[in-house]
Amino acid sequence: MIQNDLNLILPEILLSLFAMLALLFGVYRGQDKKTATLTLATAGLMLIVGMWMILGGSSSEAAFNNMFISDAFSRYAKALILLSSAAVLIMSLGYMLRHDLGRFEYPILIIFSVVGMMFMVSANDLMVLYLGLELQSLALYVVASIRRESLKSTEAGMKYFVLGALSSGLLLYGASLIYGYSGSTNFQSIIISLDSGSVSLGLMFGMILLVAGLAFKISAVPFHMWTPDVYEGSPTPVTAFLSTAPKIAAMALFARVVYDAFYVLISDWQQVVALMSVLSMFVGAIAAIGQTNIKRLMAYSSIAHMGYAMIGLASGTLLGLQAMLVYMAIYLAMNIGTFAFIMSMERDGQPVTDIGSLSQLGVKQPGRALAMLVLLFSLAGVPPLVGFFGKLYVLRAAYDAGLIWLAVMGVLASVIGAYYYLRLVYLMYFGEKKDLSLDVVKSPILSGFAATAAVVMVIGIINLFGIEAAASLAASSLIN
Amino acid sequence: MDYFLLSIVTFIPAISALILLVVARGNDAAAALVAKRFALFATGVTFFVSLFIIAQFEPENTGFQMVEEAEWIMGLKYKLGIDGISVLFVILTTFMMPIVVWASWGIEVRVKEYMIAFLLLETLMLGVFMALDLVLFYLFFEAGLIPMFLIIGIWGGANRVYASFKFFLYTLLGSVLMLIAMVVMYAEAGTTDIESLMLHQFAFDDFNLFGFQILGGTQTLLFLAFFASFAVKMPMWPVHTWLPDAHVQAPTAGSVVLAAILLKMGGYGFLRFSLPMFPVGSYIMTDFILWLSVIAIVYTSLVALVQSDMKKLIAYSSVAHMGYVTIGIFAANQQGIDGAIFQMLSHGFISGALFLCVGVIYDRMHTREIEAYGGLVNRMPAYALIFMFFTMANVGLPGTSGFVGEFLTLVGIFKVNTWIALLATSGVVLSAAYALWLYRRVMMGDLIKEALRTIQDMSLRERAVFAPLVFMTLLLGVYPVLALDLIGPSVQSLIDNYNSALSIAGIDGNTIIASH
Repeated sequence: MIQNDLNLILPEILLSLFAMLALLFGVYRGQDKKTATLTLATAGLMLIVGMWMILGGSSSEAAFNNMFISDAFSRYAKALILLSSAAVLIMSLGYMLRHDLGRFEYPILIIFSVVGMMFMVSANDLMVLYLGLELQSLALYVVASIRRESLKSTEAGMKYFVLGALSSGLLLYGASLIYGYSGSTNFQSIIISLDSGSVSLGLMFGMILLVAGLAFKISAVPFHMWTPDVYEGSPTPVTAFLSTAPKIAAMALFARVVYDAFYVLISDWQQVVALMSVLSMFVGAIAAIGQTNIKRLMAYSSIAHMGYAMIGLASGTLLGLQAMLVYMAIYLAMNIGTFAFIMSMERDGQPVTDIGSLSQLGVKQPGRALAMLVLLFSLAGVPPLVGFFGKLYVLRAAYDAGLIWLAVMGVLASVIGAYYYLRLVYLMYFGEKKDLSLDVVKSPILSGFAATAAVVMVIGIINLFGIEAAASLAASSLIN
Repeated sequence: MDYFLLSIVTFIPAISALILLVVARGNDAAAALVAKRFALFATGVTFFVSLFIIAQFEPENTGFQMVEEAEWIMGLKYKLGIDGISVLFVILTTFMMPIVVWASWGIEVRVKEYMIAFLLLETLMLGVFMALDLVLFYLFFEAGLIPMFLIIGIWGGANRVYASFKFFLYTLLGSVLMLIAMVVMYAEAGTTDIESLMLHQFAFDDFNLFGFQILGGTQTLLFLAFFASFAVKMPMWPVHTWLPDAHVQAPTAGSVVLAAILLKMGGYGFLRFSLPMFPVGSYIMTDFILWLSVIAIVYTSLVALVQSDMKKLIAYSSVAHMGYVTIGIFAANQQGIDGAIFQMLSHGFISGALFLCVGVIYDRMHTREIEAYGGLVNRMPAYALIFMFFTMANVGLPGTSGFVGEFLTLVGIFKVNTWIALLATSGVVLSAAYALWLYRRVMMGDLIKEALRTIQDMSLRERAVFAPLVFMTLLLGVYPVLALDLIGPSVQSLIDNYNSALSIAGIDGNTIIASH
């Protein structure tokens, strides 16, 4: 019996073992000199495990007394988490070494965080949910302040920690209320107690607090305050990581909580999620207009994107869930490309984040500017790029679920949002000339990632690389 | 070959753009010349291949022809096809693009990117006129904003940033509502195939929304959502304000494409979507649109009178001429719609040529102020002749294509609503006023401006650019049947379907029309 259980969490065990061995290896042998090797080994392992998840089929099994579940939905999310983390690790290696951040702890902390995320998306019990969430968060707090000597980086880590702890507190309080009123922490038992028709006020409170805690993690408005500061303060590779894998994990967890455990209460959480979605889209679109730091700008952009993904969540249908999953995959691809570009923004060997430094990039470095141009239009959701299809998906889901007002809000916010993406295009292609310009960073890896992402945005419209079928399989495994 | 003909025509420019992007190297004059020649060659080939479309087109067949279909994501389809309504727009596009490229020979900065942008734009415009899937149409329709944004922004005039942002955001705002409507149609009809959607009858029962009684129900709302997009694109009064800005700031070739082709997408959209898919909605909104159009004709003609910038004047005249198009379309009879399509074609040639005319002297003097010119006829006789010709065509002189379009739309509307016809006709007089006055100020009189003393007449290249436009304007002016025979049967079936949909809905078009 235990053997089956262990088999099911073999991927997580493998990654954890690897992390601990790597830690020993790092401490006793080589220390920071081995960072490159360790980072690449980590990325390689993540790619392998990610492939394993992709090839996982459609079986649905539970382990450890139903606490842990491995289904198509969790494997879809895990594949995205692992592949994007591997991509971010490979991308950031050069940057870390160039800017004196080549600590061997970095890849190890990332693995721990990824293991936490994998538990999150497989959680079928409030306890596992919390364990996973804390494992990923604690690792991330440290990573955010990895540049110890920088005030901004330590501030980012601190802020992230304090607000993260607050959200964990909310979540934990919600979980305890749920436990108290339903008599169990297991999702199946919660469903049974909800099905019996006795929805007490305490249970409702518990669910709302749980949702609020999760909204913190995906930085949905009004729980988004930490995002711009943390994005700005953390070293760029960490920001790239923060904006990709943890978002998927938290969104998947969110989906599992509301679609699985609390589906009966749809009329209650639907309005909450829809409202957060509208607020996120508008705050993300409007607040980004005034930003001059590209990392802060991307923070607001990711807030807005989470708003769109939540449209899918709010619709509460199979199509909505599928739309959310497709949207997140597209979001990942766009963000990885964009952050590859941001990591290559340097002047005189120092990283810059001021958007003014992009001026006239289209003349000086046409290739890089073109890749960024495609990514920006895709982020804005302008057809014919892949970003548009993400939006189309969620809009359709919203209409099908009778939330046409949400769809209308979504498109209006997208017009406002288009402005600040266009502003970057304007700076690169026809902004006024400035003496300050970006270095030509000779990093084939970063250019490769940005260019690949741009190409994906264009040719992805042919069939979205089959992500649609995978998402539909994943979605139907959660709703049955 | 004929199965993929439309795809081939659509994607030749895009593939050429890709080749140019990947293969062409260097920033010197030689590389620029290569890019120009290559783009001219590519657009020329596209035009040549597109002639096969017209050769194979069967006018009597009112359905879609040369249809290509393939499965796509999300249950959408990649589907292209043409009928009598779209075929001439396709030819107009392929015909204008070599002219546009050739007229851009004077571009010196970032020539390669310039040509890539125009080639991509051509693919997207052709796609709009051929797409037979709702979302595919939207894709082409919206994607055109990206190259046009860059064309205005990078190669535009002094105030190009404002104009490019206004152009992009204004048109985007218009079309996102159409996107919502498309999502609704997809959900209601279960398909995005335009052919099937034309057969689908959308609900038209009145309902109450936020305390407003919506006559025509869903159809009216869908109509309005599409209207928001097409009205901005046309552009109709009062959402036309982006056009003068965009025209004035865009480089000459950008203005030509904007006036000759991009504006036609709105009119095409009305014919492809609004009338056939939402007949009841269209019928209910007809009076509203007719009045908007007639206001546009009179008001923008008056505004054109007082412009001091030549391009702005022509831009306002475009808005006025597009007013005839909407009047013709919503007259919803054979003459009206025939006339509207004809007017769009003819306006494509004429306004394109007028912008090129402005470009000729702008290239020499770098100003578009009317004040800066005068007496040009003394130094530039050939130019004066060409400009005269197109001014007259713009006024609608019989013998030019401009006359046929205006006359047909006015005949069409006269049968439906005499008052509208009366007011719209006054626009013909006003257009003569502003066009001739412009000509008088720029061309006539003595050459007293010092700066103009050494101005050169048109070069051989410039004359050659105008030749096909003069030819087409005259040809369609004296022998309009050439185009009308292609358009006629499809329009006939469009009107039959429209009227039968109305009678099913319990509205007898004829009796209500008679009561006007």
